[in-house]
Amino acid sequence: MINAVGREIPDEILEITGKEPFQGNYYRDDVPMTKIGPTIRPVMNNQKSKLVANIREALIKCEAHDGMTVSFHHHFRDGDLIVNMVMKEIHDMGLKDITICATSLGKAHAPLVPMIEDGTITGIESSGVRGAIGEAISQGKLKKLAIMRSHGGRVRALTTGESHVDIAFIGAPTSDDYGNLRGIGGKADCGVLSYAIVDGNHADYCVAITDCLVPYPNFPAHIAQTKVDYVCVVDEIGIPSKIASGAAKPTTDQRKLLMAQYCTDVVVNTPWFKEGFSYQTGVGGASIASTQYLAEIMRERNIHMGFGVGGLTKAMCQLLDDGMARVLLDVQDFDLDAVKNLKNVNHHRIPAGVYANPLNKGAVVNKLDYVVLASLEVDVHFNCNVVVGSDGMITGAQGGHPDTAQGAKCAIVICPLMQGRIPAICTDVTTVTTPGESIDVVVTDYGVAVNPARPDILEALKAADCVPLKTIEELRDIAYSIVGKPEKVEFEDRVVGIIEARDGTIIDVVRQIKEI
Amino acid sequence: MSNPNKYRLRRTMMFLNCQKPGLIKDPYVYKPDSIMLDLEDAVAEREKDAARYSLYHALKEIDYRGVERVVRINGLDTDLWREDIRCAVAGGCDSIRIPKTETADDVRTVEYAIAEAEREFRRPEGSVLIMAALESARGVINAMSICDSSERLFGIALSGGDYSKDLQVSISGTGVEFMGARQHMIIAARAAKVQCFDTVWTNLDDMEGFRKEVETIHAMGFDGKSIVNPRQIPIVHKIYTPKEKEIIFAEKVIKEIDEKKAQGIGVFTVDGKMIDIAFYDGAKRTIALAKASGVYKGDL
Repeated sequence: MINAVGREIPDEILEITGKEPFQGNYYRDDVPMTKIGPTIRPVMNNQKSKLVANIREALIKCEAHDGMTVSFHHHFRDGDLIVNMVMKEIHDMGLKDITICATSLGKAHAPLVPMIEDGTITGIESSGVRGAIGEAISQGKLKKLAIMRSHGGRVRALTTGESHVDIAFIGAPTSDDYGNLRGIGGKADCGVLSYAIVDGNHADYCVAITDCLVPYPNFPAHIAQTKVDYVCVVDEIGIPSKIASGAAKPTTDQRKLLMAQYCTDVVVNTPWFKEGFSYQTGVGGASIASTQYLAEIMRERNIHMGFGVGGLTKAMCQLLDDGMARVLLDVQDFDLDAVKNLKNVNHHRIPAGVYANPLNKGAVVNKLDYVVLASLEVDVHFNCNVVVGSDGMITGAQGGHPDTAQGAKCAIVICPLMQGRIPAICTDVTTVTTPGESIDVVVTDYGVAVNPARPDILEALKAADCVPLKTIEELRDIAYSIVGKPEKVEFEDRVVGIIEARDGTIIDVVRQIKEI
Repeated sequence: MSNPNKYRLRRTMMFLNCQKPGLIKDPYVYKPDSIMLDLEDAVAEREKDAARYSLYHALKEIDYRGVERVVRINGLDTDLWREDIRCAVAGGCDSIRIPKTETADDVRTVEYAIAEAEREFRRPEGSVLIMAALESARGVINAMSICDSSERLFGIALSGGDYSKDLQVSISGTGVEFMGARQHMIIAARAAKVQCFDTVWTNLDDMEGFRKEVETIHAMGFDGKSIVNPRQIPIVHKIYTPKEKEIIFAEKVIKEIDEKKAQGIGVFTVDGKMIDIAFYDGAKRTIALAKASGVYKGDL
């Protein structure tokens, strides 16, 4: 069946998954739905200790079994040690047919590949998969369909019961013996535990893993004792230097600075840039530079940000400290400055569901004026691909891309016209991960294109005469004139993964890569 | 022979190493007025052939979108420069930059080779312009004769690194060591009605120092500056952007001179200032700069 972004979703896939094809951004708006709760074991006995000696004991007590689903969060980013630690134990116990439901998986998790190959892991649900696991999925090594969903989509899936977690493993920088968890105060601080909060609410069992046990009560808890079954103390849960991998020096790459300047010019010349505006940006060099340019103009014009949201960096926290932003809402910290900045009383932690779940009574992203995003590819329909590389290999993550792009009044994607010899602006993206209807402006090093569905933005930018405006087709043609029109990547027929839209419909599928 | 590009706007001339194809593939996105495709010092000795190959194909294949393409050839004391010129002219370059120019004869030697290459590759005579880099005390002293040496020569440029060595001084960042050369060169260039360009600023960690230097050379009358990094372009262009009152005044001067000339009036006043035909070119230049900077909305 052809879905609303023109992608063919095989009937067989719709049948296996029980899902519908993507029908447009607002398909499930105002449609009644029921939430699903977990099956829990109440702790009434005040003699019961939640402490377990090791992960094996936790797994046994949580009734680990073949075919179960275990979940993890990615707040430790490339410094995460929890996923490999737990999965090694599961592997050593001889358990099979495990599904991992992670908020994201990255390069740190390459040791899982042999477990995919030997049938320990047969399912993966994640916002994206980088590195060797992505390659393994693209090569068809994972038995079941991989499911890629956004941060907001994951909360939705757990809340509706589309996805059910048997045991959630929550790495916590600090915990007390009764499972009050905090993102700070330990050896491997990640600041917030926002992505794991839904796991605490919806998994049958919840195991906290910490390397810093603190006296009871570890308050204020970011995940409370009422959600946690067991606490396991290990030597090390994360590598601090790799957790804060966003702590890069400001970029000196002029191409990124050029795009950052265009991006800022777009922001400050559109109608929502006024006192109290809201803003989200990412961790890339151009995004951070754009925030710095924006800060200069905010100071010049005495305009203050009402709130900033998202994965946060030093650049955003600086705005708060300088009084240029009123409030920050935090779901993830990309550098240690952002972690430290949580001391600021106006820097608030929010759960991933509050941030981006499309099927609650209104997520924070709905209140965004601007979001600045990146993309591997953008096509002439403004569809974005942030998951599958132009070589057909799974290599990225949706993260909050589809959530914020849909929510924001002005969603800006920064994307160099060419990635090496690959045209990033193209006729059709390899895989649609964010629908074009969510994307308003595309900023490249060769010019800026506005989605024709947004004549208001186009008029504002024309009137300001601030950036080189092009149509998206013109940008594509420039790219093709320089590097040529790329041949389509060849895939096998077999579908190895699905890309969920925010609402759980299927926006695209990922097929097995063809070996050359 | 008159090349319409001789007096084009050249506020920024960005050095790019021809040894690195990634650098020369699309520098126009940074909007310099000119790029200087370097075959000389930036290119390793054993890579000279490869650099020429990249240069030729870049000139042939890439649409530089109106950015002037100047090629810096190797010095006349090498056996490389003749082939550099053939390659650049065959590719379709706009101009040749002669390094280490010391005399008018140097320019004429290059001019002869360019003319030969134009004939060989069937390019119109005079289509390739010349600029001369003065890199020694002798070159600077001979600035006047160098400026007068060829109809093709559109300008001279100070090359501070070699010049400071020849002068036996180090580059201080204050510009004191270049004072004499700068003053001498700009006077010579203006006397010969050619353009004059300042040397590079290489300390990218000191952009404030760069800004001050550009303000100085702008005030001295230089037409532009050689640059080594795209980050420097917006700074130069901003300093060279005429102020609103300068634009309004220039507009009035041009319109009044055109009008008064028709009426046979030579001297008159604009906003209380005495104006005659001598102001015409300066006013035209102000408007050209304003147009290039994107701040002119008038009808001139």
